[in-house]
Parts: sequence; C-alpha cells; structure tokens
Amino acid sequence: MPDLTAKKKRPLWYNLSPLNLPLPGLVSILHRVSGAMLFLALVWFLFLLDMSLSSEAGFARTRAYVGHPLVKLSLLALLWAYLHHFCAGIRYLLLDIDKGVGLPAARASSYAVFAISLVLTALLGMKLW
Amino acid sequence: MVKRIIVGAHYGLSGWLAQRITAAVMALATLVILIGIWSAPPLTHAVWKGLFAKWWMWLSFCLFSLSVMLHAWVGVRDILMDYVKPTGIRLTLEVLILLALAYYTVWAMQILWRI
Repeated sequence: MPDLTAKKKRPLWYNLSPLNLPLPGLVSILHRVSGAMLFLALVWFLFLLDMSLSSEAGFARTRAYVGHPLVKLSLLALLWAYLHHFCAGIRYLLLDIDKGVGLPAARASSYAVFAISLVLTALLGMKLW
Repeated sequence: MVKRIIVGAHYGLSGWLAQRITAAVMALATLVILIGIWSAPPLTHAVWKGLFAKWWMWLSFCLFSLSVMLHAWVGVRDILMDYVKPTGIRLTLEVLILLALAYYTVWAMQILWRI
C-alpha cells in the first residue's frame, strides 16, 4: 500500500523576474542596482572633480566634456541612481527603527520612494541639462 | 532553532552599523553641498574652487568621501557574497575592490588638500 502521508515532492517555481516583484521588492532590487552603478561610477566622479578643480583650463575642459550629450545622458542615469539610492536608503533607515513596517505603510513608502526620486530626477535633470 | 554560539566573530554587525552611520553622514553632507552649490553665483573656476574652500563645504566633502568608501565596501561586499559563490573568485574581487577604494580615498584627499 502506498504511503499516503508522505509528502509528494512537487516542483517549486518562483517567478523571480523584477517585473513580477511587489513594489517594496522593486525598491529593494533597484537599491542594489543603483548602488552598484554608483560604485562603478566613483572613479569617474573623482576624475571629473579632479579635472574641474585642477585649473582654469581643466575647468573649461570639464565643462566641454560634460556638455557632450552621451556624457549628459550617463550623468542623468547616475542622478537617478543617486536619488533612488538616497530615498530608498532613508526608507530603510526608518524601517530599521521600526517606522512603517506594516504592509500598507511599506507599500505607501515604496510608492513615495519612486514618486520622489523620479520627480526629483526629472526636475534636476531639466535644470542641469 | 539555530544553535549557534555567538562568540569571536561579529557576524557582520559592525559592517551593518557602519553602513547606517555613513549613510546618515552622507545624507546630511549631500544637503549641505547641494545648498552650497545652489546658493553660489554662476560657476566659473574661481567660484567652483572658492566653494570647496569654504570650511563647511570642505568638511562635508571630506566626511562624504570617507563615508562613501566605507559604505561602498559594505554594499559591494554584500553583493559579492550573494552572487559570487566560488571563494577564490570572491576573495580576489574583494581584494581588488578594497585596493580600488583605498586608491579612491587617497585620490579624494589629494583633491581636498590641493584646494
């Protein structure tokens, strides 16, 4: 007689596509992605800052360099990365001290992270373009 | 229940704490630097350099630079621990990243001391 109490081994399938994540999960993975972007860009930021502060000519060169559309586009992406990382980071600091850990609050704060970081990216991006 | 005797290692607590403290420092420094740039006249080299020579801008930038290196180290290490399983490759990457961050720190201080 077959053992009816034994658990059948069923295959597990998790859909791990970022598009399938709940909003707080999307904030989380983008926090990681933006952090990685910013780390990789660190050397570039230092290069730009060094050049712009070095001399009058260096400042002019930096100005011409960041005027290039591709550079501007990259800086816009990094601006988003910084703002997302900033807003999501503040959310995590609040979660650490038990603020907004309930599901409705966590969802609302995830919306806020996206809304604030995207609007600020658009505003600052337009101002700096 | 996990039977684990917590002794010796810190199980990442100091890294976790450092990441939070540096985050708070950078958040404040970001606001200070942003206000500084915002209130500056149209940027020329002299204005730009003078901006960083102001003590509160200089200090914010200095604290930001030191914080970002520590913060990035904890974050990148977390990413490597999650995705890079072979110990040899992970250790190699960790050493390379530590060296890079050490270099960046010296570079940032060099920029600051030249102002």
